[in-house]
Amino acid sequence: MKYLCLVYGEERALAGMDDRHCVAYDEQIRASGQCLASEALQPVATATTVRVRNGKLSVTDGPFAETKEILAGFYMIEARDLNEAIQVASRIPPAEVGCVEVRPIRPIRETVKANAAKAAAD
Amino acid sequence: MDDSRARDAHQAVDAVYRSESRRVFATLVRLLGDFDIAEEALHEAFRAALEQWPVEGVPANPRAWLVSAGRFKAIDGIRRNARFADVEDFESFAESIPAEEPGEREPIEDDRLRLIFTCCHPALAADAQVALTLREVCGLRTEEIAHAFLTPAPTLAQRIVRAKAKIKDAGIPYEVPGAAELGERLEGVLRVIYLVFNEGYSASSGDALTRSDLSLEAIRLGRLLVELLPEPEAVGLLALMLLQESRRAARASASGDVIVLEEQDRSLWNRELIEEGVARVEGALASRRFGPYSIQAAIAAVHAEAASPGETDWSEIVGLYDVLLRMDASPVIELNRAVAVGMRDGPAAGLALVDAILARGELSGYHLAHAARADLCRRLGQQEQARRSYEKALELARQEPERRFLRRRLAEVGA
Repeated sequence: MKYLCLVYGEERALAGMDDRHCVAYDEQIRASGQCLASEALQPVATATTVRVRNGKLSVTDGPFAETKEILAGFYMIEARDLNEAIQVASRIPPAEVGCVEVRPIRPIRETVKANAAKAAAD
Repeated sequence: MDDSRARDAHQAVDAVYRSESRRVFATLVRLLGDFDIAEEALHEAFRAALEQWPVEGVPANPRAWLVSAGRFKAIDGIRRNARFADVEDFESFAESIPAEEPGEREPIEDDRLRLIFTCCHPALAADAQVALTLREVCGLRTEEIAHAFLTPAPTLAQRIVRAKAKIKDAGIPYEVPGAAELGERLEGVLRVIYLVFNEGYSASSGDALTRSDLSLEAIRLGRLLVELLPEPEAVGLLALMLLQESRRAARASASGDVIVLEEQDRSLWNRELIEEGVARVEGALASRRFGPYSIQAAIAAVHAEAASPGETDWSEIVGLYDVLLRMDASPVIELNRAVAVGMRDGPAAGLALVDAILARGELSGYHLAHAARADLCRRLGQQEQARRSYEKALELARQEPERRFLRRRLAEVGA
C-alpha cells in the first residue's frame, strides 16, 4: 500500500532541527526503496492559496487554514500495511518535535478504471 | 433420522456456537481478510451446520468443519454477488483465499490474538477499540454494548462501522505485533480490558454503582489473553481485576450506598478470587518484568490478606506506591500514597502530603482528593476543615452513590 506521511509542526520548533539530520534519514529511506517521493517545504510565509469559484480565479496570501502546526514536508512511501507505515513515520526526524500524519493513498485511478470496465461489461 | 438424534445435533450446534464461534470468526477474518465478509460467512457456516449435522452427524472436528464451510460460503457468496468485473478477477481472488490447514492448534490460537490486537489497534479511536473488542472478540451484540455504556445503539453501531472501515482502508494488518512493538501494543490491549472492567466496576455516571456484566466480561477477556499470551503484565492486570472483583459484595450496601474499604465486612470478600488473584500477582512479580498493573495488584493483595483494617501492612503499601510512582509519576498515585502514609504515620503526616499535592493545582478538580483531605481532617478532629473539604468533594462528585456517601460524612462532621 502507498501512504503519504505529512510532516507537521510549529515553524519555530522545526527551524531548530538540523537539516543534515533530516537529509541523512531521507537518503537512508530512499536507499531502502520504500520512499517514492519526499520533499521539504519552504516556510508557510511563502504559501499562496488558489481557488476557482464560478470560473473566477481567486489568489490569496498564506495557507488556507490558520493553524500553529503547519505542513513542513512529506514522504510518499510504500509499506506492507499501517504498522510498517507507522514504523517509517516514527523515524522521520521531525516526529520528535512535531508530528507525522499517515494517510493511506486512495487508488483513484484504479477505481475509475475498474468502474469503467464494469460498466462496459454490463 | 429419529428425533433424538436431531435434538442432539441441535444441542451440539448450540454448544459449539457458544464455545467456538469467536474462534471460527477469528480464523475467517484471516482467511477472508474482511470483518463483514467473515461475519456473514460465520452465520452461513452455522446455518449449514443446523441443516447438515442432524442428517450427517456432528463432524469429528466441528471447528475445522465450520471454518471450511464458512470459507466456501464466502467464496460462493462473492461469486453470486458478481462483485468482480470479470471471471478472471474472481478466480484470482478465490485463489488468494488460503485454505485452512486442518487440525493445527497453533494458528487458530494465533488468530484469536490477531483479532485482539487488531481490535485494540492504537490507530482506532479509544471508544471504538472498546466497542470493537466487546463485539468481535467477546461476541456481545451491539445493543448489549450500547446498553452497558449508556450510549444510543445507533451511535455505537456507527462507531463500529467506522472502525471496520478504517481497518480496511488504512491497511491495519491482522497480525500479532513483533517483539519490538509487542510491549507497547500489549499496553494498549490491557488499557482496553481495564477500561471495560472499570466501566463495570464503577459506572462513570448514573445510579448503578456496578454494572457487573462488563467486569465479568473484562475478566473473561483477561483470562483469554493470559492463556494466549502469558506476559507478566497481562497476568498482573488479571490479578488486579480478580482482587477488585473479590470485594464486590462488600463495597455497596443493599440500598446501593458506597462502603469504603476500611468499613467493609471482610467476610463478604470472595476468598476464591482472592486466592487466585494473590497467586497470579506473585507469579507476575517473580518474573521481574512486571509493570504498573502488577504493582497495583500487589497493593490490592496486601489489603486482601489483612484480616482487619488495623492489621493492614501499610509500610508495604507505601513501599509499593513508591515503586509505582517511579514507573508512572501521576498525581493520583501520589494522592493514594499520601493516604497510605496517613495510615502508617498518622493523619497529620498524610494531611501535609495531600495539602502539598492540592497546592500544586493538578488535582483541585478531582473529588477524591478533597474527600481524602476531608477524611484526614476528620480523623484529626478538625471538624470545620473536614466540612469544607467534604462540601468541595460533593460539588465535584458526579456519581449518585458517591454523593450519598459524601452527604453522610458531611452529616457526621456536623454540617
